[in-house]
Amino acid sequence: MTVAGPAAERAEEQAEKKPAEPKRNKIQTGEGRLAFYLVAPTIVLLALVVGYPIVRGIYSSFQSDPGLDPATGFFSNSTHWVGLQNYKYWLLQQCPSAGGGHVKCPTGTLGSQFWPSLEVTLFFTIVTVTFETVIGMAFALVMNKAFKGRGLVRAAILVPWAIPTAVTSKLWIVIFDPQGILNKVLGTHILWTSSQWPARFAVVIADVWKTTPFIALLILAGLQNISADLYESARVDGASAWQRFTRITLPLVKPALAVAVIFRTLDVLRMYDLPAILTGGANGTTTVSILVVKQLNSGLNSASALSTVTFIIIFAIALGMVRLFNANIVGAQAKGAK
Amino acid sequence: MTAATIDTARPGQVAEAPRRPFNWSAIGNGAVLTLVVIWCFLPFYWMVVLAFRNNANTYDTTPFFSHVTLSNFRYAFDTSINKFGRSLINSLIIGAVVTIVAMVVGVFAGYALARLAFRGKGIVLAAILGASMFPGVAILTPIFQLFTNLGWLGTYQGLILPQISFSLPLAVYTLTSFFADMPWELEQAARVDGATPGQAFRLVIFPLAAPALFTTAILVFLASWNEFLLSSVLSVGKASVAPSTVAIAYFTAGPHIVPYTQTMAAGLVVTVPLVIVVLLFQRRIVSGLTAGGVKG
Repeated sequence: MTVAGPAAERAEEQAEKKPAEPKRNKIQTGEGRLAFYLVAPTIVLLALVVGYPIVRGIYSSFQSDPGLDPATGFFSNSTHWVGLQNYKYWLLQQCPSAGGGHVKCPTGTLGSQFWPSLEVTLFFTIVTVTFETVIGMAFALVMNKAFKGRGLVRAAILVPWAIPTAVTSKLWIVIFDPQGILNKVLGTHILWTSSQWPARFAVVIADVWKTTPFIALLILAGLQNISADLYESARVDGASAWQRFTRITLPLVKPALAVAVIFRTLDVLRMYDLPAILTGGANGTTTVSILVVKQLNSGLNSASALSTVTFIIIFAIALGMVRLFNANIVGAQAKGAK
Repeated sequence: MTAATIDTARPGQVAEAPRRPFNWSAIGNGAVLTLVVIWCFLPFYWMVVLAFRNNANTYDTTPFFSHVTLSNFRYAFDTSINKFGRSLINSLIIGAVVTIVAMVVGVFAGYALARLAFRGKGIVLAAILGASMFPGVAILTPIFQLFTNLGWLGTYQGLILPQISFSLPLAVYTLTSFFADMPWELEQAARVDGATPGQAFRLVIFPLAAPALFTTAILVFLASWNEFLLSSVLSVGKASVAPSTVAIAYFTAGPHIVPYTQTMAAGLVVTVPLVIVVLLFQRRIVSGLTAGGVKG
């Protein structure tokens, strides 16, 4: 150690660190303290902008909203503890009655839109993620083989991804206009954004257009990690193209694919921008996120209950998918992080 | 059927490789690649065409530039109808502050997660990833309530602070995977060669890390620039602070006018800088996007 002072200290730290790396459980006290100071600001900020609102939201979801008090018939500005009433409103469409019990909520309340909006959100999720994965896989397989023009394709793929969803939605409004280019090209007269199933498929088409290239990019990165030797020896052993795909490509690309599918699923489950602008949530395209925003004007504590329900559903689906794919997302991160 | 194709394909590829018979699969690949490029550019192309087309010819289906005019752009920036120009400045302000905060805070966490061994690293990573996957609406309602009480609805801080919820996790996990891949041995090598820690950082580490920092900053800025849900609700219709995504979504042209061409012009103004930046730095952006999940 010819270097003096702090440099020597840091060099020692390095020397200490190197052999320790394989045994990750070993904690160096100095590093631990340094890491704490480095990570703390991030944790504090996230606790402030994510943790605190979540906890507060859960708390207020058990409070009543200002409004007509069914017991007195007068407008009440105060809020009080109502237990699960807000949740019953969304999940069971039960409203409090004057007698203190529950009655079926009158039709037309936002509460009655919960199950339909959950259904349509799940519909969007299953259909778009399926299309995006299958088409994205095809794109990625071809791009992986190509050497000419790969740069151009990769650049092209980033274009739909880079355009803000708000702009994309406006662009598709123009394309889907009854007198617009799509109907003219197809020779049809479909009211794309103002009748139920066409409106839903308009959302699906626009979302698949925007996100498929991105999925292809993620899958391509996974494909590029597969050694060409594997394919070569499989071919020598007489494996068909289909066998090579199912026995080599699929198992080896599975981690990348699983991460892409999980991230996309979570994205579609919270989809807001596209249907909110493209169809305004009309004609059976109200996703759960749109419903929450609608509710903001008619009772924040009730909206908090809906937010919490949404959050729990998405969390449960995420957890289920991680189990299903046996994907180790955090592990992948940790491995990336050594 | 499949067996037959293998038998004919195999010798062709293995034994007679140098002669290269007519390659059908290359043609097929070329066709699919062309399809991918068309897929990506076609709707965007239509936006460009309409942005330069006279509003009276909105429903004209001529597939190339016709009735070319710049009036749509003049209209988009006409402050008496829309506050579109103002919204671009708002987007820049919000995006810049969000990016700076996320980068300054996130770079330390990214370094620690990539380089240091400490207890609870897995939990910290899980928490940060978890925060990034959060549905925006889950924090929107309580934040709306809180900002109503604070009087922060329709203010810059009210739009900037909630965006930290997704931009900071994005910055941390992108930086973590970039840092983990950097050749840190070079730092040690420089010190063995007699460099001070400051020199090692300034002359070796910083030049290596700069592209990673820059790429991450671009990704964070893009995420902020494209954000709509939080901004549209928390700006509560105040055009003086609303970002461009909100302005585009509520773009109007007065009664009895279908403002398609004008909206496309405004959309083009929002999009073109992004597309240029993305195309200039495409290699780095792709590595940044795929760095997070795919490594495992």
